Amino acid sequence: MKHYRIEVKDKPGIYDAVAEGLMVDIRDLGIRSVKDVDYIQAYTFTGTLTRKDLKKIADEILTDKVSQQRNIAGGFPGPEKGRSVEIAYNAGVMDPVEESVLKAVKDIGIKGVDSLRTSKKYILKGAVTRNDARVIAERLLYNKVIQHVVTGSEEEKEIKPYRFERVEVDILGMGDAALKKLSIKGQLYLSLPEMRAIQDYFRKLGRNPTDCELETLAQTWSEHCKHKTMMGAIDQDGKKFKNLLKETVMKVTRELKKPWCVSVFKDNAGIIEFDRRNNICFKVETHNHPSALEPYGGAETGVGGVIRDPMGTGRGARPIINTDIFCFGLPDMAASKVPRGALHPKRVLKGVVSGVRDYGNKMGIPTVNGAVCFDERYTGNPLVFCGNVGIMPKKYSTKKVSPGELIVAVGGRTGRDGIHGATFSSAELTHESETVSSTAVQIGNPITEKKVLDTLVVARDLDLYTAITDCGAGGFSSAVGEMGEETGAEVHLDKAPLKYKGLKPWEIWVSEAQERMVLSVKPSRLERLMKIFESEEVEATVIGKFTDTGKLRLFYEKKQVAELDMDFLHGGLPKTSRKAEWKPVRQNKNSLPRRKKDYTGDLKKILSSWNVCSKEWIIRQYDHEVQGGSVLKPLVGPDHDGPADASVTRPVFNSNRGIALSNGINPLYGDIDPYWMAASAIDEALRQITAVGGDLSRTALLDNFCWGNTEKPRQLGGLVRASRACYDMARVFKTPFISGKDSLNNEFNTGKKTVSIPPTLLISAISVVRDVRKTISSDAKKAGNLLYVVGKTYQELGGSHYHLVNGKKGGVVPRVDPVRAYDTMSKLSGAITDGLVVSAHDCSEGGIAVAVAEMLFAGGLGADISVKRVPRPASLDRDDVILFSESNSRFIVEIDPSREQEFLKRMKKVPAGFLGTIKKKKDLVVTGAGGKTVISCGTAALKNNWKKPFKRLMHEKR
Amino acid sequence: MKNAKTLVLRTAGTNCDRETAYAFEKAGSVTDLIHINRLIGKKDLLSRYHILAIPGGFTYGDDVASGKILANELRFSLKEQINAFVRGGKLIIGICNGFQVLVKMGLLPGITGSLNVEATLGLNDNGVFTAKWIHLKTAPEKTHCVWAKGLPGILDMPIAHAEGKFIPRTGSVLKRLRDNGQIVFRYTDSSGTAAGPPYNPNGSVDDIAGICDPTGRILGMMPHPERHITPLHHPNWRRHKGEGDKLGTGMQIFRNGVKYIKDNF
Repeated sequence: MKHYRIEVKDKPGIYDAVAEGLMVDIRDLGIRSVKDVDYIQAYTFTGTLTRKDLKKIADEILTDKVSQQRNIAGGFPGPEKGRSVEIAYNAGVMDPVEESVLKAVKDIGIKGVDSLRTSKKYILKGAVTRNDARVIAERLLYNKVIQHVVTGSEEEKEIKPYRFERVEVDILGMGDAALKKLSIKGQLYLSLPEMRAIQDYFRKLGRNPTDCELETLAQTWSEHCKHKTMMGAIDQDGKKFKNLLKETVMKVTRELKKPWCVSVFKDNAGIIEFDRRNNICFKVETHNHPSALEPYGGAETGVGGVIRDPMGTGRGARPIINTDIFCFGLPDMAASKVPRGALHPKRVLKGVVSGVRDYGNKMGIPTVNGAVCFDERYTGNPLVFCGNVGIMPKKYSTKKVSPGELIVAVGGRTGRDGIHGATFSSAELTHESETVSSTAVQIGNPITEKKVLDTLVVARDLDLYTAITDCGAGGFSSAVGEMGEETGAEVHLDKAPLKYKGLKPWEIWVSEAQERMVLSVKPSRLERLMKIFESEEVEATVIGKFTDTGKLRLFYEKKQVAELDMDFLHGGLPKTSRKAEWKPVRQNKNSLPRRKKDYTGDLKKILSSWNVCSKEWIIRQYDHEVQGGSVLKPLVGPDHDGPADASVTRPVFNSNRGIALSNGINPLYGDIDPYWMAASAIDEALRQITAVGGDLSRTALLDNFCWGNTEKPRQLGGLVRASRACYDMARVFKTPFISGKDSLNNEFNTGKKTVSIPPTLLISAISVVRDVRKTISSDAKKAGNLLYVVGKTYQELGGSHYHLVNGKKGGVVPRVDPVRAYDTMSKLSGAITDGLVVSAHDCSEGGIAVAVAEMLFAGGLGADISVKRVPRPASLDRDDVILFSESNSRFIVEIDPSREQEFLKRMKKVPAGFLGTIKKKKDLVVTGAGGKTVISCGTAALKNNWKKPFKRLMHEKR
Repeated sequence: MKNAKTLVLRTAGTNCDRETAYAFEKAGSVTDLIHINRLIGKKDLLSRYHILAIPGGFTYGDDVASGKILANELRFSLKEQINAFVRGGKLIIGICNGFQVLVKMGLLPGITGSLNVEATLGLNDNGVFTAKWIHLKTAPEKTHCVWAKGLPGILDMPIAHAEGKFIPRTGSVLKRLRDNGQIVFRYTDSSGTAAGPPYNPNGSVDDIAGICDPTGRILGMMPHPERHITPLHHPNWRRHKGEGDKLGTGMQIFRNGVKYIKDNF
């Protein structure tokens, strides 16, 4: 067995965009010694190859004859002056390129290749010091969690095969201290009462648990899988909840009894009715901790994971829409301020965006909208929310496992990747996390998942399986454990196909290797099912069967390694009981910035703030058109660069029925009061749906809570308040929650102190649109049309962007009057559907001023407006407050003068005030309450301010 | 011929197959989605069709280079069938990843014949995957491409690719492309004028967005016509209501292909 190396690089004279991009990043680090970069792709084959074979592989497969050159004699000679850095994947990290190249080698008829490793080599030319090269490598070229710098020759370490040995953990005699220690050292992350419950169970059985049993319990009982806090008992300053979630978010759905809610809080995604033939399902979840350690892989597997949720809902839905929302630290943060163990926010941002891009695009699912929030407290613990919508024929909305059916694992192989992911996500991140928990991070292979999807849809339509679920957190343990909850199951772990040898039985059982689904299959249908998978080279294996024993039994080489009662596994978890407290933050009412004569500068600053500014750099990297269903895109206007509200998608060819999708999130409000943050997030998500013409009566909500450590009563108090707001608001808006998720313990320990993320609630809204031809967009359309503000403006600048850019804290946070908001939204939505509104835009961060500016520069137009008739309390007279207040339930609308009266009649009892008239001249002139001009600026300049931050950050030339 | 039959080719990582098939059906063709393994397993299957469409996607993850692994597979496993298909006067269209496949297997530009690789589609100048709507003009030189008949002067279409920069192998390849009328689409500004980046979104030589082979029957293009077959697909259909020549213009390409078959077979 020999190693053969092929290196490939661009020919001289070919523009190398990879190298150019890297040069920009290197200069960004302040390193000037590098004059030029060469990028080389290296392939190291193991096997027995002739020189002719090697040449053929290099020329036919690996080299583009037009633009590239190759070397098969051990590699290109090094540079005269400079250093080379070569990056390869760590052992055990699967490289998707390997599979593809091995296939191509087989296609051209060469048989002597056993394996392949790829690596990337960067030649840094110039007087580059060793330290420069090290800094460049660490900051830009690799992440030690999954990769390493190649030094000398790479000898494959022989992995020893696993030799079976039954491992028991002696817990029967343990005291509390020892149980606690075991929980932490074993990365079980269970509480003492939980450890005691396990001890009691095994005391009754008169034996110690095996390693496999302990791992199964830790996974099943993890916060991630069981939502112990939100489903547990809470005492908040005397008010008692038995189960917070059931008494708030889930309760409202039960009370609203919407006939179009098909399956809520039950399956992998919430299901609602779409049309006569189809249902749609929606799920959003987070992948925060892995993304903190390895942004690219973490985000990739986040997207891959959430796509599998609809695929594993009912008997499987076809994914049609992605949505992604991120919270990062400030991307222009000084490198010296980044805490030890954390990655720079810009690197996190670039990595996360690339991961979402590569997985979503390669799966062929359009990413149609999203949001990005920035706050320095997200530096060590960024948030990555990934959402997916799927569509399925109605009859496939349910699943049922019966005893005797076979357990079939489909898709990717099982490796050591992602072990302890479920339990790890319940722990605090520290500066040591990257070393302790690196097995929790994985990289994805979207093509494997796409192949699984292609074949599953065929098998589903032939009714070849009865139930399906995805392997997410907790892997087989979670998937089989949940599917077999009512029946019982036995699994032969040695049957699972592995990426490499050496895995212990419990590792196979809880591994979170990606791209795997589990099916329940009647033995009579197995052969036909397997043929379908085989025909498209999808690996599928029978690993066990469902039984009627009510027990989970695991075997390895026919020896039993676990036996647990399903009842105990799913019902034995002791109830968590927590204390919560809430004291309102004392507000400084005189916190307003000083009055000015001119607020043009403030408007520009808000447009250039990280949260508000254009995210085009991100959006353009996502394919939002694939599947051919997008009818309202994330960027709007004649130049396709203005901000849209909700997206609208038409998922069925030949039908004009559509799906509007939106997100509401504003962590700045949570610092003042999580109740109003939650209410505002719901209002924002519903405003966006309304602004495009969506109908509240066909709208459902999803919640995603990301909080700090809720064992701290104050943190938990905020969570309770946010949950109560979810109930109070949704009840009046009549919008049920259909699915949700929570991620607690989002804290980062720098070694010196613990930084908690701001309490963050993401609300996602999904709405069925009867006729997409009646939807409208937010860009101003025509000179001569009228601008109105709908909804009332109050002095609500707490957590506002006006305060943010003026360095002010506190103030009154925007509230929601749901009764009035519901009336406003219902009437406006009706007016839009009836064609009375030309365009509409949600009024959110930055208030009226920002919303009007965005509409105008998106449409390439201008306007003269006055604050005079803005509906507001009589006492409110400050121009800056009227213009920048972030009061909820408001819209800016564009009305054709000939429809003005009809529009106002429709909006009866809804406050609506005339702002001004749209004009051709591209400037925005705002007259204050006193009749003086308070803002005056060209809309092109405003657009530039809005676009500038990301252009600068990414050094875009245009 | 009453029935034009179209085969939309699928493999691991194909992802624009359903909408491409829908466009052909809407154009009046009987259309099947066929996985490459079936095509290889059943050697006479391809000959039953008149149009071969290689749709967009990331075949085999676009590992090594976009379209490369599928191009390699077609070259080595289906060479004879494809040659016979082309010799028989039938039609091929490659869209986005399909264009990359046709170029990398040497079927396009096809100046010298016998599957010589004469051009490539390289990484965009901006270095990243880019999704946006662009303007296309049917080239100023007359093209005899059968897919491009009766198209409006300017077409709006989305692109969505990382490797779409068209690079001919030599200057003489480019000259022959021009002389032969093989350049079908160029990127332009909204008035139809060559305007460089960002109107040329990837740095393609001579703003080339799509080419055909010397016979005009094989078309490859980076933009996605199947994503603009109804007015509602256009990003500004709300602004251009009633301007029929602007909206849904990709559809004509599919109609042309199907009509050609109906007229000639």
